[in-house]
Amino acid sequence: MQELIDKVAELSGQNLYGCYQCGKCSGGCPSVWQMDILPNEVIRLVQTKRVDDALNSKTIWICASCFTCTVRCPRGIDLAKIMEALRQIHLRRNVDHIDIKKVAQGEINELPPIALVGNFRKQTA
Amino acid sequence: MENRIGVFVCHCGINIATTVDVKAVVAAIKDYPGVVHAEDYIYMCSDPGQGMIQERIRKKSLNGVVVASCSPTLHEVTFRNTVARVGINPYRCEIANIREHCSWVHSDRAEATVKAIKIVKTVIEKVKLNEELTPIAIPITKRALVIGGGIAGIQAALDTANAGYEVILVEKQPSIGGHMIQLSETFPTLDCSQCILTPKMVEVGHHPQIRLYTYSEVEEVSGYVGNFKVRIRKKKRWVDFDKCIGCGICMEKCPVEVPSEFEEGLAKRKAIYIPFPQAVPAKPVIDAAHCLWFQTGKCRICEKLCPTGAIDYEQQEEIIEEEVGAIVVATGYDLYGMENIGEYGGGRYQDVINGLQFERLLSASGPTQGVVRRPSDGKVPKRVAFISCVGSRDPELHKPYCSKVCCMYLTKHAMLYKHRVPDGEAIVFYIDIRSDGKGYEEFVQRAQEEDHVTYIRGKVSKIYENNGELVIMAADTLSGKPLEVSCDLVVLGMAIVPSPGVEELIRKLKIQVDTNGFLTEAHPKLRPVETLTPGIFLAGCGQAPRDIPDTVAQASGAASKALEMFGQEQLHHDPAVATVNEDICSGCGLCVPLCPYEAREIEVIKGKRIAVVNEVLCEGCGSCVAACPSGAAQQRNLQDSQLFRMSEAVTIK
Repeated sequence: MQELIDKVAELSGQNLYGCYQCGKCSGGCPSVWQMDILPNEVIRLVQTKRVDDALNSKTIWICASCFTCTVRCPRGIDLAKIMEALRQIHLRRNVDHIDIKKVAQGEINELPPIALVGNFRKQTA
Repeated sequence: MENRIGVFVCHCGINIATTVDVKAVVAAIKDYPGVVHAEDYIYMCSDPGQGMIQERIRKKSLNGVVVASCSPTLHEVTFRNTVARVGINPYRCEIANIREHCSWVHSDRAEATVKAIKIVKTVIEKVKLNEELTPIAIPITKRALVIGGGIAGIQAALDTANAGYEVILVEKQPSIGGHMIQLSETFPTLDCSQCILTPKMVEVGHHPQIRLYTYSEVEEVSGYVGNFKVRIRKKKRWVDFDKCIGCGICMEKCPVEVPSEFEEGLAKRKAIYIPFPQAVPAKPVIDAAHCLWFQTGKCRICEKLCPTGAIDYEQQEEIIEEEVGAIVVATGYDLYGMENIGEYGGGRYQDVINGLQFERLLSASGPTQGVVRRPSDGKVPKRVAFISCVGSRDPELHKPYCSKVCCMYLTKHAMLYKHRVPDGEAIVFYIDIRSDGKGYEEFVQRAQEEDHVTYIRGKVSKIYENNGELVIMAADTLSGKPLEVSCDLVVLGMAIVPSPGVEELIRKLKIQVDTNGFLTEAHPKLRPVETLTPGIFLAGCGQAPRDIPDTVAQASGAASKALEMFGQEQLHHDPAVATVNEDICSGCGLCVPLCPYEAREIEVIKGKRIAVVNEVLCEGCGSCVAACPSGAAQQRNLQDSQLFRMSEAVTIK
């Protein structure tokens, strides 16, 4: 688990232990209403060795990297980079998160092709 | 004199003994030339340890002592007193620092032991040539200067004056009272601030031992402990205080209105004004920057109406010179500006106010007579948000430290608001609640349980205005849910910062401040009210953010430090200072600008230029000694001859 935490720290270049959980990032996040867990909770999960919970959250994918959290953080932590690091770790696991064969024909017909292409690029190995 | 030196090696528990083999040090030293006794002990500073040293001095007729232990800043005085009690001149006792300079900074035991032995040898060589010295006596002026007339300065002045010594209290504002007099009620007992402070202010005003200079500033400080010379500038107030009877007709008729500093801009005052009715002294000053006569050359209404002819447009600044023995610096604080916090409106929203402004809204003598009305439209707010840590605990963008009082005063604000507006809603946004004083935690619990103040754990991210309402964006980190709350009024717990202008004063006093501009104490734990400059003491928020009880305690502490000095017939100064050999000194003057204490100056003695030493000012730093090209400057008990012997002891086999 520590390896995974170190990986998040390395990829993001951030000291995760500097966060004192004030929640200012979550308060100002424009996408927070769509998230399943708060942005500060993402750091909390990593700090407390529950990285998989963070990796399995919707929050890291809803983050649009607008950097509002980053510019307001009193501890100078770039949370947007931590979100990106978690997405990277998720993607580098080389797992297919979407299987074309399991997508219903009706859905394929309804979805715009760009959504499908984007999904395959992001979500498949 | 034959040297009979005793060496005492301390274990300091495990602090030294773990890294340094103390037995090996004793073994290596015991036959060293000049040493007649060497011994180790677990705690040399303890009573048995000191007793052991005294016993060995008597038995073996020692005339010099080396204690190998911690830093001399910690126990040099201890051991010098130990040896003095059995008749040895204290300057024949020296400390070999084998803790801070050795055991604490090394991990290899063998190497550390070798180094410890070397340190001890050098100090033995030093003691061999140490002269017997007598401290330099300095006279004391038993009068104190207190800078700042807030609660810290008031308390320090009263304590000193009540002990029977004269005090000069200098305050730059027209009245004493500081920020405390602006407060409505004080946590956790809800005493009315005016009720508890005004009697003290009046006492200061009438005290036969206190000379009060308001609207005045310290212009220049020279001299040294016990003998400071101070120049105080009394600003032009254009009112003759000897004639003024404080009737107030001038203020009534003055046609100019400007925002009142005392009311934090929430009310107006006149251009000739007393800051508040209970001011001490209760006599007005003219604010020339806004006075019509000074700005346009017309008006002079106050002069026409004054029944005693006290208005004096020709009044000049006055410089007063005073001699004092001790100085208490109680310069206080200010609030960090709201303009620094862009995401909270940067001071643009009328209904986002700071803590002192809310104090005035709560105060019975305030602009709204204690009815909570918001500044924009005078409406009684139905939902008020109180935000803590605004600018504090923010090393990235603002101030890294905790301002200490905000948790408690915001709780008090929320509680008092609920008392005034029982159907209103009070929400406190916090990160951590710091309630570490006596009765403080109980006070916070009372706000929650009895007054139903809502506490939300989450730092507010943004405040914006929407149709006359203030919308707060935050997250409740305890439930994991984002929030948007509309409020009628927002109170910001702004960070506490040192008073503006204090930088200039500290340069005059030659004392230090830390990276945040707060005055630096001599030792963070053991000398918290002293500065590194002897005779200058600290009190109040100028040193660090603190509440009223702590401030009063510290002010009494500073006063007692001054009184400790005044209780002595004369002061004693370390005699281990620079000396000059007048036969060798060429009068080149190189040492004069190098001395940080202004202790060296050129004098013509019998037609010859000599760089003399003022022993009282000299702190023995050694700068002049190192710079002297001829070797005329020497430091007592750290002569060149000693330094050579000390280095020989460890370099030449």
